[in-house]
Amino acid sequence: MSFETAGYQLLPVLPELVLAVGAMVLLMLGAFRGPGTTGPVMVLAVCLLVVVGGLEVWLPGERLTTFGGSFVVDSFARFLKILALVGSAATLILSAEFLADASRRIFEYAILVLLSTLGMMVLISAADLIMLYLGLELMSLALYVVAASNRDNVKSTEAGLKYFVLGALSSGMLLYGASLIYGFTGTVSFAGIAAAAKDGGTGIVFGLVFLFAGLCFKVSAVPFHMWTPDVYEGAPTPVTAFFASAPKVAALAVFTRVALTAFPGIAPQWQQIVVFVAIASMVLGSFAAIGQKNIKRLMAYSSIGHMGFALVGLAAGTVEGTQGVLVYIAIYVAMTLGTFAVILAMKRSGQHVENISDFAGLSRTNPLLAFFLAMLLFSLAGIPPLAGFFAKFYVFAAAIKAGLFTLAVVGVLASVIGAFYYLNIIKVMYFDEPLPALDPMRAELRTVLAVAGLFNLLFFAYPGPLVSMAAAAAKSLF
Amino acid sequence: MTTWPILSVTTFLPLLGALLVYLLSRGNDAAAQRNARWIALWATLVTFAVSLILVWRFDPAQPDFQFVEKAPWLANSITYHMGVDGISLPLIILTTALMPFCIIASWKSVTLRVREYMMAFLLLETLMIGTFSALDLVLFYLFFEGGLIPMFLIIGVWGGPRRVYASFKFFLYTLLGSVLMLLAIMALYWNAGTTDIPTLMHTAVPRSLQTWAWLAFFASFAVKMPMWPVHTWLPDAHVEAPTAGSVILAAILLKMGGYGFLRFSLPMFPLASHDFAPLVFSLSVIAIVYTSLVALMQEDIKKLIAYSSVAHMGFVTMGIFAGTMQGVAGGMFQMISHGIVSGALFLCVGVVYDRLHTREIAAYGGLVNRMPLYALAFMVFTMANVGLPGTSGFVGEFMTLLGTFRISIATATFATLGVILSAAYALWLYRKVVFGALVKPSLATIKDLTWREGLTLGPLVVLTILFGVYPKPVLDMSAASVQQLVNNYSTAITAVKAAGLLQ
Repeated sequence: MSFETAGYQLLPVLPELVLAVGAMVLLMLGAFRGPGTTGPVMVLAVCLLVVVGGLEVWLPGERLTTFGGSFVVDSFARFLKILALVGSAATLILSAEFLADASRRIFEYAILVLLSTLGMMVLISAADLIMLYLGLELMSLALYVVAASNRDNVKSTEAGLKYFVLGALSSGMLLYGASLIYGFTGTVSFAGIAAAAKDGGTGIVFGLVFLFAGLCFKVSAVPFHMWTPDVYEGAPTPVTAFFASAPKVAALAVFTRVALTAFPGIAPQWQQIVVFVAIASMVLGSFAAIGQKNIKRLMAYSSIGHMGFALVGLAAGTVEGTQGVLVYIAIYVAMTLGTFAVILAMKRSGQHVENISDFAGLSRTNPLLAFFLAMLLFSLAGIPPLAGFFAKFYVFAAAIKAGLFTLAVVGVLASVIGAFYYLNIIKVMYFDEPLPALDPMRAELRTVLAVAGLFNLLFFAYPGPLVSMAAAAAKSLF
Repeated sequence: MTTWPILSVTTFLPLLGALLVYLLSRGNDAAAQRNARWIALWATLVTFAVSLILVWRFDPAQPDFQFVEKAPWLANSITYHMGVDGISLPLIILTTALMPFCIIASWKSVTLRVREYMMAFLLLETLMIGTFSALDLVLFYLFFEGGLIPMFLIIGVWGGPRRVYASFKFFLYTLLGSVLMLLAIMALYWNAGTTDIPTLMHTAVPRSLQTWAWLAFFASFAVKMPMWPVHTWLPDAHVEAPTAGSVILAAILLKMGGYGFLRFSLPMFPLASHDFAPLVFSLSVIAIVYTSLVALMQEDIKKLIAYSSVAHMGFVTMGIFAGTMQGVAGGMFQMISHGIVSGALFLCVGVVYDRLHTREIAAYGGLVNRMPLYALAFMVFTMANVGLPGTSGFVGEFMTLLGTFRISIATATFATLGVILSAAYALWLYRKVVFGALVKPSLATIKDLTWREGLTLGPLVVLTILFGVYPKPVLDMSAASVQQLVNNYSTAITAVKAAGLLQ
């Protein structure tokens, strides 16, 4: 089969093309048939994501490039794209209830999620700075709108606006950094930059810092994390679940790819930055979450901390480290989606509740739900034998191998402090006196929770496939 | 050779029991609770029976690992590797033997969420057996740390008034120690390319890594043991935990620290162990003397026994790091003996607590008048706690002191002082609770042991006295492995000393 246009191979971008065209078709469907199509559009969107995931698996296994080498599909990209697609599909499923409400029948929601996912896929495959920016903006612009999708809610619109303003600022920084790098190396392709930037030089390092600042904003790493708690709290809960999963995958992917393929020659320089960012994120994520009363805000700080842990693997700058990042982000997505499924199920007499004190005595009123959430929280805290432990194991093992002992010690100590606030939720669920029972959980939430929860519980029994896929993906970057 | 994976079966039988409890005892009525109790009891009994097959087929003359099972797991070099030797087998038997007692002890006293309670205990049993039989560091860590989850819930859900504080303290203290060990495990992994314990035992570890790894492992095991000054979680956890939780905590979870020293610190880091032995001796002696003095001041029965546990564990660490045959074998024996005695003491406390719902020493007095059987059992355990000859407590303390005496006379001397102090607080407790006139109106109608309580305490009385006069079964079981450990340890030390002389 040959897909070609203007001399460019189109096969590598086939999944992206299908996604883009599919999103347009669904947009037309919604636009011509009105808000009544919200439900069907969502279902079709999920199907579309599944098809795209299937295409991604179907693509020839070797490393494919197109558009003059600016778009690359290797095992690294494939691994993360599948993960991002899973994250997006799961969040769409989680949004079913949000969209079913008569006042919020916005079919654009699903389409925006699809477009954002398209941006992520481009971002993950980006092999030059222009493609990177293209993917990043496509992803982010859709996200800004989705954050404000609860139009009549002040908090939601505030979240969207805040995210937009700060996001634009970070994009500016990223562009500034990219232009500096282009200026000093004369090329935008990562391979070219790697060749030109072998010896470093102030200008390139200067550009690198700005580029990384922009990327740190997207992964919500300290000190560019300020938007996270407000946006997480303000955005509708399914949107928060989305923010916490798929975009993080894409941002971390591009962070890793840029650092390792564009700047391998000046690794000591960027390692300092990543080490600092990782330490600051882990520590702030752990301490700041302690005082939180709102579960969504708490999850925001938790995700800041988790990005710090994932960056520990990047700081190592080795194959093992990259493998650690991949394993970490995969397990993190599963844990986050499971946790948000529970948060979405927190509903008493038709009213969503999101304070931690609302979990009181959940183990007696809804024992199974409480059990799954408790296991997810233990897993987020990194307690074995749950999946979260293995995530931390791989990144810290890589850090130890790379000789980053301080980073590793600070990291594990931060994880102990972090364990405190997760334990606190478990305490509220298991030790406190019960509140009235929750409303029955919707089927789609139950499915997502069951899949994520069982993955998390049973990962230890058969960790082989994920770990070896991550290892293969990591190798393709080196 | 065995044809079925007997060790894995022993390890995971309780987990199967937990699943059965979940599946078969639905609802919250009396029938469901009864089911949960019986299933749990049978699960622990069957596990105990299977573990006896281990004893039966175990070859005590062989110092190496037996019943070895190996299967691929995380990576080529991180495998599912299980096996026991003379050091771990006694602890496994201790675990499986005590679990039925714990279930019986909770028969009447736990009425709230019985099903979850039994499931937590069965899960905990799997994790404890796994800790002692894992032959891969990552697998070991998995079991070792996994135990935190059920214990956290046991203390927090079924504990006393300050249970939240106690459970958090227990969890975070232990986790803090363990994460540092995790980093050391990774460092060892990159050093040797494997986390296989038997392989690592024969891999030379560079001196500087030995020092750091020793300290990291020490951080974990010292908290678990617990050693002074990181023992403060123990009194809180003991006091707040339900009776069976205290029994497990004192009898088995504390032994994981001692087991860790024997399994990892001495064989893998002999030089660092030798270098740090004076530190361990000092901390052990402080633990023995200081916590005994603290125990003298307690007003709560459980707290007093908790502090006495810290003191007794001091003998274990002292004996282990003496590195002599008597010291290590004594430490090993002391762990088993303390497991039986402290477990039994907590069961004794549970007996009166169920009647009066207070642990204040001052609330009791003159129990002998109405509870002669109880007084008898309590006396045997008190005497064993003191270390009276003829009880199992004596053998362990005597051997550790003997072993340490050859290495450090000062340590042994101060530790012996602790024996006197332990007599002081134990006898004081016994006099306050059991002797004297029965004047308190609340005690006027107190009943003696029920047959169920007799069933839990009786066998432990027999074992305490049996091992006191005839310690051979336990010592024989571990002798070959301990001998090998001590030989390897002293070979490593002499090799370095000889090399030092040559230079």
